Amino acid sequence: MNAAIVGIGATDFSKDSGRSELQLAAEAVRAALQDAGLEPSDVDGLVSFTMDTNAEIAVARELGVPELTFFSRVHYGGGAACATVQQAAMAVETGAAKVVVCYRAFNERSGHRFGQVQSAAAANIDNSWSYPMGLGTPAAMVAMFARRYMHEYGATSEDFGRIAVIDRKHAATNPHAWFHDRPITLDDHQSSRWIAEPLRLLDCCQESDGGVALVVTSAERARDLPNKPAHVRAATQGSSVDQFTMTSYYRDDLTRLPEMGVVARGLWEKSGIGPSDVDVAVLYDHFTPFVLVQLEELGFCGRGEAKDFVASGALELDGTLPLNPHGGQLGEAYLHGMNGIAEGVRQIRGTAVNQVAEVEHVLVTAGTGVPTSGLVLGQG
Amino acid sequence: MIDIEKEAARIAEQGESAPRLARDPVNQPMINNWLEAIGDEHPGYTEVAPPAMVQVWTMAGLHGQRTLDDPLGAMMTILDEAGYTSVVATNSDQTYHRYLKVGEHLSVTTSLEDVTGPKKTGLGEGWFVTTRSTWWVGDEAVAEMRFRVLKFKPARKPEPKPETPRAQAIRPSVNRDTEYFWEGTRLGELRIQRCGGCGLLRHPPGPMCPECGATKPKYLVSEGYGVVYSYVVHHHPQVPGRQTPFVIALVELDEGVRMLGELDGEPSIGRRVEVVFTKVDDELTMPSWRPRADR
Repeated sequence: MNAAIVGIGATDFSKDSGRSELQLAAEAVRAALQDAGLEPSDVDGLVSFTMDTNAEIAVARELGVPELTFFSRVHYGGGAACATVQQAAMAVETGAAKVVVCYRAFNERSGHRFGQVQSAAAANIDNSWSYPMGLGTPAAMVAMFARRYMHEYGATSEDFGRIAVIDRKHAATNPHAWFHDRPITLDDHQSSRWIAEPLRLLDCCQESDGGVALVVTSAERARDLPNKPAHVRAATQGSSVDQFTMTSYYRDDLTRLPEMGVVARGLWEKSGIGPSDVDVAVLYDHFTPFVLVQLEELGFCGRGEAKDFVASGALELDGTLPLNPHGGQLGEAYLHGMNGIAEGVRQIRGTAVNQVAEVEHVLVTAGTGVPTSGLVLGQG
Repeated sequence: MIDIEKEAARIAEQGESAPRLARDPVNQPMINNWLEAIGDEHPGYTEVAPPAMVQVWTMAGLHGQRTLDDPLGAMMTILDEAGYTSVVATNSDQTYHRYLKVGEHLSVTTSLEDVTGPKKTGLGEGWFVTTRSTWWVGDEAVAEMRFRVLKFKPARKPEPKPETPRAQAIRPSVNRDTEYFWEGTRLGELRIQRCGGCGLLRHPPGPMCPECGATKPKYLVSEGYGVVYSYVVHHHPQVPGRQTPFVIALVELDEGVRMLGELDGEPSIGRRVEVVFTKVDDELTMPSWRPRADR
């Protein structure tokens, strides 16, 4: 695609930001524009995704963005993180806008907590087959998949725990991470309490307060801006057969994420690269089991083999597929995947705290268990 | 008003406390008692002490007094005076540089690293106080600890939780496409949508058959038997109308569709179950599962 991410910005990641969600959004966008060397008056497009309370026009007002020719809000919560960049890139390519900012900001810990039962969500008719039956939290919804995955492939709680250990190890050396300097061991994981069996506390990402923003413009314009651009090599969305949000329990196979398979096919086809060309993988990690399934859907290993792939050390910073060098959402912050995209940009720029050597391509994925999206970022 | 942050800065500025000598040198009887209490049967702890004992050696004893320059004691006093009267330890990270040998005489120094607050916690509003201690043998640092406590104002005891009857449970929304199902549960029938055109069975239901496009859904009444396809044991957080832990099972009915429901019984994949109906009120009856003996 003829578009690049030229600016990234974020607030601090905390458990109690002490400010409104709109302020967090405005701060993140302003920081991203500053990083890009652009002014609010350069912006003519804004994109966010559902479950964000900050209207595009409200963000524009705070920033003093005078006119917008493109504004969009992508569906399905965290599954839309990478789709915001896709929307922005398409807008830039088609001329709908010249400079588009993608943003996400919330007080997910001090305000409306995403990990609690969302009684209001039961008003959605799809949810009437799960919430009234007592299945009302994201952790429990993922646990239903995880139990079946364990049953079919012999994966164990320890196999899930290894993902948490890697993320927390990477977060430990990232000063921006909530869990900076707080690594965990597999024993810590195994002794953490049950949340929704087979998921333990340390299988679940945190709830965070904070904001992240990304500035997208054309590859030509990117050349005149101060930072090394992260080119959008491919960006795609994916939904699959009999799709629900979090409860696609009625398909033949509960051990897969076919919507991520759709994303994978699109990414490899459009970017012209394959799994072996990926230098860094930023995989959505709200719950550990789905990281294993993603590795399989994306073609890094065969079905049911993710546990062995993970145990081989491949996901370490010096492994064949370094995973979430910023610490992921288990370690850095849960900004619904947007902080992962920012990490992808830093890895391309060569400015990450846990920088992987000679990064040509970064793969970023968005929320799992829901209709989702993905990105391949690359050098110029 | 006590300015807690200012007081904390003052104490932190004082740096490390003077070394406080342990009451006794590292000794085998205390090691033996500790191993017994912990239940550690590792045979290697003769002449060397288990590293995790490090804090034991410099404990002040039953009638011990804090030294005047102890920063944790000073900070506790200030927070007590400010009304933060209760304390709970939250983190303790220890680093051991080497094993300690019997006969070595330890001393400990402590500095105040950080005081943050006020934070709202489940226990009440409070301040997190972090100290860093170093244990010494002579002038050799042998172990370190970062220790964090929450000093808090106890929140008023919440009212005892009322029983959570099913009436508080989340209710389904019902529309034209789904009302046949809830009519069924009221009558003690578990209904599965069946396409009036091609006969496709489908759950959850919808208005248009994805196979043949017909928009005349009908239903059949399930026998109510199936097997557990997957399940979750829900522990946290609380769920309206339910006592944790409880089990939610995804059941594959003998007719071939899957359906979620609470399972009253020990779960396992493949376990045979049958439907039961629980009346919530005149409007709503919920289906759920119970184990069924193998036929």
